[in-house]
Amino acid sequence: MAKTLGPVKRKFSPWTDPNAVPFIRFENITKRFGDFVAVDNLTLDIYEREFFSLLGPSGCGKTTLMRMLAGFEEPTEGRILLQGQDIGGVPPYRRPTNMMFQSYALFPHMTVEKNIAFGLEQDNMPKGEITARVQEMLKLVKLEQFAKRKPNQLSGGQRQRVALARSLAKRPKVLLLDEPLGALDKKLREETQFELMDLQHTLGMTFLIVTHDQEEAMTVSDRIAVMDKGIIMQVATPAEIYEAPNSRYVADFIGDINIIEGKVAETASALGAPGAVRIESEGLSIAVDQESQAVKDDHVAFAIRPEKVRISLDAPADTATNAFYGEVWDIGYLGDFSLFIVRSEDGRFLRAAQANVSRLVDRPITFGDMVWLTWSRDAGLVLTR
Amino acid sequence: MKSPRFDATVLTLGFAFLYIPIIILIVYSFNASRLVTVWGGFSLNWYSAMWSNQGLMDAAWVTARVGVLSATLGTILGTLAALALTRFARFPGRMAFSGMIYAPLVMPEVITGLSLLLLFVAMGVDRGFWTVTIAHTTFTMCYVAIVVQSRLLTFDRSLEEAALDLGCPPVKTFFKITLPLIFPAVIAGWMLAFTLSLDDLVIASFNTGPGATTLPIKIYSQVRLGVTPEINAICTILIGLVTIGVIAASLTTKRAEIRRVRDEHLAIRGAES
Repeated sequence: MAKTLGPVKRKFSPWTDPNAVPFIRFENITKRFGDFVAVDNLTLDIYEREFFSLLGPSGCGKTTLMRMLAGFEEPTEGRILLQGQDIGGVPPYRRPTNMMFQSYALFPHMTVEKNIAFGLEQDNMPKGEITARVQEMLKLVKLEQFAKRKPNQLSGGQRQRVALARSLAKRPKVLLLDEPLGALDKKLREETQFELMDLQHTLGMTFLIVTHDQEEAMTVSDRIAVMDKGIIMQVATPAEIYEAPNSRYVADFIGDINIIEGKVAETASALGAPGAVRIESEGLSIAVDQESQAVKDDHVAFAIRPEKVRISLDAPADTATNAFYGEVWDIGYLGDFSLFIVRSEDGRFLRAAQANVSRLVDRPITFGDMVWLTWSRDAGLVLTR
Repeated sequence: MKSPRFDATVLTLGFAFLYIPIIILIVYSFNASRLVTVWGGFSLNWYSAMWSNQGLMDAAWVTARVGVLSATLGTILGTLAALALTRFARFPGRMAFSGMIYAPLVMPEVITGLSLLLLFVAMGVDRGFWTVTIAHTTFTMCYVAIVVQSRLLTFDRSLEEAALDLGCPPVKTFFKITLPLIFPAVIAGWMLAFTLSLDDLVIASFNTGPGATTLPIKIYSQVRLGVTPEINAICTILIGLVTIGVIAASLTTKRAEIRRVRDEHLAIRGAES
C-alpha cells in the first residue's frame, strides 16, 4: 500500500477539489480564557492524509486549536467535525486522535516497551498482539535494543522517537504533533523532519503539526496555516506562502523579505499592461506586474525577497527595470549565500542575496561600493493587507 | 574575620546546645542508680523494667495504633486536598479552602485540642481511642496536604494528558500514572504524619479517654510523679527509631541521586552509539 502512494504524493491536493470532503473541520471556532480570546471565529478544513502545519508565534492560538481537537479544551463557540461527526463533548480518552507532546510526556516509571504498549493496553488488545505491535513500533523508530530502558536512560533524540512510537502505536486517524522537534539540535531536527515525512507517507495518516519554526513547517507540510492572534492569516502550500503571501504579516513571518511602504501611483489601465501597478515611495518608483485589488492612492506595501534582487556595480541598461542605487552598508556571509545590505543616499535600506556560485574568497563587491540593485517587474508583489 | 577556629567553635556550640540534653537523657538511661542525676554505673536494668511495665507498654501500643491509623487516614485526606488545591485552579471558596488547610499549622495546639473536645462533647461521643485517632487525622492531614501539594506543583500535567490521550479514563490515570509518580511524597507525608501523631501530647490529652492513654501522656503523667530512668529508656528507644527513620530516608534519596547520575551517563553513551 505504501508503495502505491509514492507517485500520488506529488499530485496530492484535495483542497483544490471542490467535491473533496474535509477529514477535520473546524467550524467557526472561538475559544476564550476569561477575557483572553485565544482562537477567534476560526474555520479551517484539513483533508485525509494531509500533513498540515499550524504555524505562528507563541500565543497565536495554534496549540489551543490542537488541544481542542485532542479534547483537552472545549471550544467556547463553534464545533469540530471529524469525518463529518461533531466531536464536541467527547472526552480525550474516547477520541481517535493521538498526540505527541512537546515535552514528550513519557511515563518515567515505565520502560520504553511499556510506554508504547500503554495505549494498546487501554483498548484491551490481546497480549500477543500488543507485543507484536510494540516490536513493530520499536523497529519503525529504530529503538529495538532500548526496549527495556527507562526514559531517563535515553538521549533527547531517542526520547523523541519513543514519544512518536507511542503516539503512533494505536494507529490514530489523526496524529497531533505539538512542537515535536523543538528540543532537538539542528542536525537531528532536519533528519527527523524527513523521517516524519516518510513515516506519514508510509502510514497514510493525517498529521497535524504545531510549530513556530517556519523552516520546519515549510519542509514537512502539504499545507500551512499561518496564524496570528487567534485568526488564520493564510492557508496555502509552502510555495504559495513563500512566493505569494497575502499580507505583510505572512510575508514578514516567513523567510527574509524587503518591505517598502508606498502609495499606488498608477494602475493597470494607465500603465498599458493588464494587471500592473506602479508604486511611488518617497522618490522610488516601482512597477509590478500583478493583479491587485489596489486602486490609485491606496497605501500598499511592496515586498520582495532578497534572493530576487540582483546586485551589480553597473547601472541597468534598460531604464524600464526597477532599480535602487546605494552604498554597500553591510555584508552577511552565510556560506551558501551572501546578504548585501544596501543604503541609498536618503538613508533607506534594501537587502539583496546572492548565491555564492564560485569559490572566490574575495568578492567583486565589497563594503562601501556604490551598487545598483535591480529586479524584474514580476519579482515582487503588492500587499494591501 | 572568618577563621577555621571560629567556625569550629560556632559549630561546636550550636551542636552542644541542640544535643547535650538528648545525650544526657541517653546516658542516664543506662544508669544503674535509681536517682536520675547520680551516675551509679552502667546497667540495662531500666530497659528490662520498661518491658515489664505493663502501663508503659499498653500506652506504646495505643500510640502505635493511633499513629498508623491516623497517619493513613490523614494521608488519604491530605492527598485529596492537595489534588483539589493544585488541580482545580478556580472553584468557589478556593481561597478559603486553602487558608483553612494551612490554619491548623499555625493554630496553637491547645485551641485545636479544645475545639475538638467541644465537638466530641457536643456530639455526645465517648472519648477514647477513636476520638484521639480522629483528632490526629485532623491535624496531620494538613501537613500531608502541604508535602503532597509541593510535589504536585512540579508534576508535569502533560503526563496525565498523555495517558488520557492514549485512552485511559481519568480515575485509572490517577492510579496508573499520578499516584506512582507522587508516591515518594505521599510516603514522606505519611511518615511526617506518623511522627507528629507519635509525639503529640496536647491534642491527645484533650481528646483521650479511659483505656486510650498514649505514650506521651503516659510519660508526662509519670514525670509528674518523678522521673524514673524507665522513661529515659523508652525515650532513648524513640530517639533511636526516629534516627533510623531519618537515616533511611536520606539514604534512599542519596541512592536515587546516584541512580539518576548513572542513568544520565547511560543516556549519553546510548546517544553516541
